[in-house]
Amino acid sequence: MVDRAEFPHQPIPQFPLYQRCETMSILIDETKRVIVQGITGREGMVRAELMKNYGTNVVGGVTPGKGGQDVIGVPVFDTVQEAWEQLGPIDVSVLFIPAPLVRSAAMEAIEAGVELLVIVPDRVPIYDVLRIAALARERGARFVGPNTLGVLSPDKAVLGMMGGRAATARQWFFQGPVGITSRSGGITSSMAYYLAQEGIGATTLVHVGGDAVVGLPHPDVVKLYEQDPDTKAVVMFGEIGTSQEERVAELIAGGEFTKPLIAFIGGKAAKSGTRFSHAGAIVEGNRGTHAGKVDALTEAGAYMVESFGDLPHRTKEVLQDLGIM
Amino acid sequence: MARLHEYQGKALLAQHKIAVPRGREAATPEEARSIAAEIGAPVMVKMQAWVTGRACLGGIKKAATPDQAAEAAEGMLGRRVKNFSVDWVLVEEQIKIEREFYAGVIVDDASQSPVMIFSSVGGTGIEQIAVEHPDKVARATVDVVRGLQDYQARDLARRAGIKGKLLNKLAGTLVRLWATARDTEARAAEINPLVLTADGVLMAADCRITVDDYAVFRHKELGIEIAREMDRPPTELERVAYAVEANDYRGTFFFLQLQEDFQRGDKVVGFHGAGGGGSMMSMDAVLRRGYKLANFVDTSGNPPASKVYRAARIILSQPGLDGYFGSGSGVASQEQFHSARGLVKAFLEEPLTVPAVIRLGGNAEDQAVEILERVNGMIPAPVEGYRKDDSPDFCAERLDALIQAEGQPAPAKPAPEPAGRRRPGAERPYSFDTVTGGSVTLDHARCAECNNRVCVEQCARGILSLDEQGLPVLNISREEAKRGRCVECLACDVECYFHGNRGGYVELPIPGLEEYREKAGRSRIGGW
Repeated sequence: MVDRAEFPHQPIPQFPLYQRCETMSILIDETKRVIVQGITGREGMVRAELMKNYGTNVVGGVTPGKGGQDVIGVPVFDTVQEAWEQLGPIDVSVLFIPAPLVRSAAMEAIEAGVELLVIVPDRVPIYDVLRIAALARERGARFVGPNTLGVLSPDKAVLGMMGGRAATARQWFFQGPVGITSRSGGITSSMAYYLAQEGIGATTLVHVGGDAVVGLPHPDVVKLYEQDPDTKAVVMFGEIGTSQEERVAELIAGGEFTKPLIAFIGGKAAKSGTRFSHAGAIVEGNRGTHAGKVDALTEAGAYMVESFGDLPHRTKEVLQDLGIM
Repeated sequence: MARLHEYQGKALLAQHKIAVPRGREAATPEEARSIAAEIGAPVMVKMQAWVTGRACLGGIKKAATPDQAAEAAEGMLGRRVKNFSVDWVLVEEQIKIEREFYAGVIVDDASQSPVMIFSSVGGTGIEQIAVEHPDKVARATVDVVRGLQDYQARDLARRAGIKGKLLNKLAGTLVRLWATARDTEARAAEINPLVLTADGVLMAADCRITVDDYAVFRHKELGIEIAREMDRPPTELERVAYAVEANDYRGTFFFLQLQEDFQRGDKVVGFHGAGGGGSMMSMDAVLRRGYKLANFVDTSGNPPASKVYRAARIILSQPGLDGYFGSGSGVASQEQFHSARGLVKAFLEEPLTVPAVIRLGGNAEDQAVEILERVNGMIPAPVEGYRKDDSPDFCAERLDALIQAEGQPAPAKPAPEPAGRRRPGAERPYSFDTVTGGSVTLDHARCAECNNRVCVEQCARGILSLDEQGLPVLNISREEAKRGRCVECLACDVECYFHGNRGGYVELPIPGLEEYREKAGRSRIGGW
């Protein structure tokens, strides 16, 4: 591990951040040092600036072959290793890279020592995701996505595309007692916004990503919320397919997740039987279906709502019953 | 997921040195006859269709002679099975089966790894066997980098109850199956049954391989036309839409037709969603008001205005719609005026003749709604824009009200189709190409008389500047613009149309759409 003191030329945040933060958050806050891979691209440049405007500590960017440039006031490097050598330790890398190139870029970041990746693009081949996951396990790194809108901690920092313009993101989201985790990107912001309309703020918003295999699925996110003292309850948007919601139910049943969970599972009307093989049935059994997920979570003691529109009100009731609101 | 037919899967297994029955696919009874003659022994004729239980459908037949093979093929080819027509049969030698197993690889989300499954009992009803006889089924996660090792495969077979020489033989087949799955980037690759023949050969009697949609681009050899699992072949309009998506990597555009052959008054609306979760809830809201959906469309992931435009044109190419409903999550992170401009351009060019309600909640929603609602009075039908505090149900109610208010068109004397906005002629054209094969034309004759430089001010990437004569020109090279620096934000088209001197026009071709519309009896698409 490289000691930050070895890089005296690096600007240390000037203002006492710990006073600004009233609550904790998971995965990201304004102290984390962030780079953007693909910072010179259409999406990367715009998003890097929006992240910075919201308060994210963006320290640099990487685009192979474009090192030496300056984008949005931060230096661009050819490789992640070079960025690390020049800037000092990097906590997070956000990837805005065409899908076919994601595997290489993600592995580069993990090997350089970055411990959290946010992989925004969609259509990343699944075997590439498996390769990234294998390396992440080996190096003790984590990744959100692929196909994620990102992670946001109200009034602190954002990784990815969530919230868009800083000014609107500040209007929409504020700090409070719930942790948000969602399988749908748009719904992540929607949930936070509609909860905010009921006066309920959030510690963090996590869009786990829309793909079949993601780096940090719902069960991993709720475990992080379990450890965060300021998260008093979790609001989850689940969807049909994968085993994520069932595994959350198992965490509740096994006592590994003890905070109240308010959840909605989308896709009831979707055609069932998207099962694509016998192997799927053997491995997953009854997992993946709308009914299977609702039953598992209900049995485990989660607060389930039937309509998405009921989420904010139900969350308020649960928080009031617990004396949190 | 992109499914492969049995004959395609077997060819891949054979390439990886897994034994398969001798034989080939045939597209005609004649071919089936000659393949059977080549084999020179009794054959099986197997219908190539994505269904389970083909035998019960008469899709698997024994043939003792080449003539019988041709006859069996005749009975299968051209049949419709679950919306697909049968284009191929597989003709292969009959095999004597001693014992049946099951072997499969699947990508498992929980372990973030491929999982190899082996069952010492195979054949039909394998899911049930797994439930009733868990001791016969063993599974192992595979290290995606190192691959399945032979010793892991041997232990997998052992755990499923296999002993003796067979253990080594099976392990070899399992390792080769893993290699097949890895090389084709299969979400699932199964051999069921994997059989031991009377001659002691392990052979894949049937197989099913499903390739990862997102990896299809690097497997041209598989010849997959549309990388998406559907319960029917793609429609002509879906092919047009797929080509748009394939030609533009920015954001997502997904188009699926849900209804065909409907007319005005059948309560069918075009649906334009943004984001999976929000789209699902928005669709539910329309359905709750008693409407059917002609299609499902998702344009999300911050698509450029041009992609939204093309999506809208494709949606509106479906004849017989009663309305147009656009709605996403409601609190979009992307700046919604891009979508608004794409919609406005499409609505002007069609022109839109049915009511549209668009929920544009999210970043810059006020600006987006303002842009959208400008078209009112300029096209035959009303357009309403809504924001994040307007629920999908409320928006669906508004669409219903507008459709009711329009009333039914009198079928006796159909009104002539109104003309939409067309590409203007340009006296002094200044043009450059865009990344998706489109082109931007600024008529400097009109620009010279324009006192409003909205094209320069609103250009998303700031690539337009005024030259010495005060005319808008690129401040980058044409090559850079074409490589994607021009993001097709449509400001120099739509904003100029409303605020400038109407000198700007962006032409965005949609290959195949005009031909489709002619066949479907709709007017030419706008633009020229």
